[in-house]
Amino acid sequence: MTRENSFHGPLADPAGEAGHEDHPPRMGFFTDTSVCIGCKACEVACKEWNAVPEDGIELLGMSYDNTGSLGASSWRHVAFIEQQRPLGHQDAGLTDLPVGPSSTETTTEVVAEALEATERGGANLGTAPVDLGFPSFDLPGAGSGVENRTQFRWLMSSDVCKHCTHAGCLDVCPTGALFRTEFGTVVVQQDICNGCGYCVSGCPYGVIDRRPDDGRAWKCTMCYDRLRADMEPACAKACPTDSIQFGPLDELRERADRRLADLHAIGVSEAQLYGRDPEDGVGGDGAFFLLLDDPEVYGFPPDPVVPARDIKSMWQHAGTAAAMMVAASAAVFLGGRRRR
Amino acid sequence: MSGDGTTDEGRTAPGDGAGGGPAGNPSHNGGKHRRRKYGRNRGDDGSREESMVPRAEFQSYYGRPVLKPPVWEWKIPAYLFTGGLSAASTMLSVGADLTGRPGLARTGRVGGAAALAASMYLLVADLGRPFRFHHMMRVAKPSSPMSVGTWILIAYSPGSMLAATAELLPASLRGTLPGRLLRFAARPAGMSAAVFAPGVASYTAVLLAQTAVPAWNDAHRELPFVFTGSAAASAAGLGMVCAPLEEAGPARRLAAIGAAVEIVASRMIDRRPGFVTTAYTTGHPHHLRKASEYLTLGGALTALTLARRSRVAAAVGGLALMAGSVFQRFGVFEAGVHSTKDPAYVVKPQRERLDARKREEAERAAEASQE
Repeated sequence: MTRENSFHGPLADPAGEAGHEDHPPRMGFFTDTSVCIGCKACEVACKEWNAVPEDGIELLGMSYDNTGSLGASSWRHVAFIEQQRPLGHQDAGLTDLPVGPSSTETTTEVVAEALEATERGGANLGTAPVDLGFPSFDLPGAGSGVENRTQFRWLMSSDVCKHCTHAGCLDVCPTGALFRTEFGTVVVQQDICNGCGYCVSGCPYGVIDRRPDDGRAWKCTMCYDRLRADMEPACAKACPTDSIQFGPLDELRERADRRLADLHAIGVSEAQLYGRDPEDGVGGDGAFFLLLDDPEVYGFPPDPVVPARDIKSMWQHAGTAAAMMVAASAAVFLGGRRRR
Repeated sequence: MSGDGTTDEGRTAPGDGAGGGPAGNPSHNGGKHRRRKYGRNRGDDGSREESMVPRAEFQSYYGRPVLKPPVWEWKIPAYLFTGGLSAASTMLSVGADLTGRPGLARTGRVGGAAALAASMYLLVADLGRPFRFHHMMRVAKPSSPMSVGTWILIAYSPGSMLAATAELLPASLRGTLPGRLLRFAARPAGMSAAVFAPGVASYTAVLLAQTAVPAWNDAHRELPFVFTGSAAASAAGLGMVCAPLEEAGPARRLAAIGAAVEIVASRMIDRRPGFVTTAYTTGHPHHLRKASEYLTLGGALTALTLARRSRVAAAVGGLALMAGSVFQRFGVFEAGVHSTKDPAYVVKPQRERLDARKREEAERAAEASQE
């Protein structure tokens, strides 16, 4: 048995390791954010196919992102980031034109302050109204002149559950509700989940969450029902630019490597793959990404590690502490016997 | 929102080479009205002046949390206390039973079982679907500390409950055959519970540590000692409050040892290098843990001095020890929750780690190319 591998490090066949015999290849998503146009068709398709309930219709003041983040009732989330820099060799055509600066920094500041006032620090924003201080009498960027003109690019990225090789949520689930499918994905069985909430804290990406009204944990299933019927997941099917690509993970990884090389060749040097590396802290993601900036800009953790990596050390320390407790409880009774 | 706020400050981005993006987060500059730190004011051609504003410390997506905060509420830290109290009380009661201290044994057995009953309630009530609590018993999963804990509790509970029932048996039933059998079984029952009690007191540290919550995961070496120390101190406190002075000697000694272990381990958490430690050393969690330290220290000092002679001092010291344990558990819990709500606790350490690894790889590549 490769017990060492089951908690951490590269693992070629997660489904096989979970006990599936004769299973299909590991399936995954490759989300190429360089061709994402932010249409949110993936979000809509996911909601429709999986009958995911509405989780708050709010204007969040974060560019065109009014979903906020992944959560119990948002299994795809399109991030919008406005930046003052060109994309590759792109010429925004702004030279000598009187345009104002992007309002990104200002919005960020307003949003970040509003988030602090929310109950869970904005982790489930969209489920409750937030006062963002709008409207104001001035237009964003009003009053600024030509001297403030900036370069501009828009980053869009459709986030989803990563279906990790070593999934923190799956490791800690005490009921067996979370399980590894034959496709190597990670799915919650809703008839089993008793809402203990451990998976919510086990996920290093902040993906899975508990629905307050329902009490159970929910997340992307990579459309397990569609996969079993040889269909691609709803989000990938709906994506009009093939930013979301679905297929056997091995093929996707090759394709991603080629795409990265192409982008580097045409001068988009900031392009990088995220979650592609089987050597990383979670053994590589089943859903990985091509990003055009650092992961944290998109709201991803830069270097996530599955919490069970240190499981041995944790139990060793707990064992030592328990042994000390036994010794102390015995020692306090020595020499005190004469009292009675 | 007008643009004036944006024109006079450094607005280009943080981070090396690459521009910007939503950056920084306001939440640890202190003060009520917090401002974000901006990056250097740097145009694409590098021609702009550098502003005096400090460089942004990290990037994030609109300052949003990366992780989901724990969905656990006050019931879980409360359980951390009652679980620890129950375990250490049971251990104390077995020692007291074997060395002929019936008062201390009674306190430990009854207190331990009462705390266990409270624990059960708290654990089930915190579930999103309480009526499915028995789904915990579908599987035994070594990778899940909660599953391990469930089975430890299942092994621990019958002995503790049985011993307490024997203590609480009404006098009228003691003479009957079942009554006599039950009283005979109390000692082995207590001992069987005591076998699993150290597990009950310590597994909760792993329960918290094996999460992505930065403050808990980062302190995984120290937490078990904080928790077992805290458990011992609280049970000793209960013994001091309820047991007669002449029998409570072991409780007083355990109070001193438990308090010492808890305080030292807790201080070691505060001294850990790295940014994540700030979750423990600032704000509300810090206040809770400071209060815990004073109460625990005061309780332990009382146990070693006045509590030997004065019934009142023993009761006050014992209550202080129990309160100290409560504050400790809530302090640790709150530190973890806080560390998930602020993306800095996730991004900063991970970015540092990633950059260090990249530097190392680059150096290794440079060495390889020289050869």
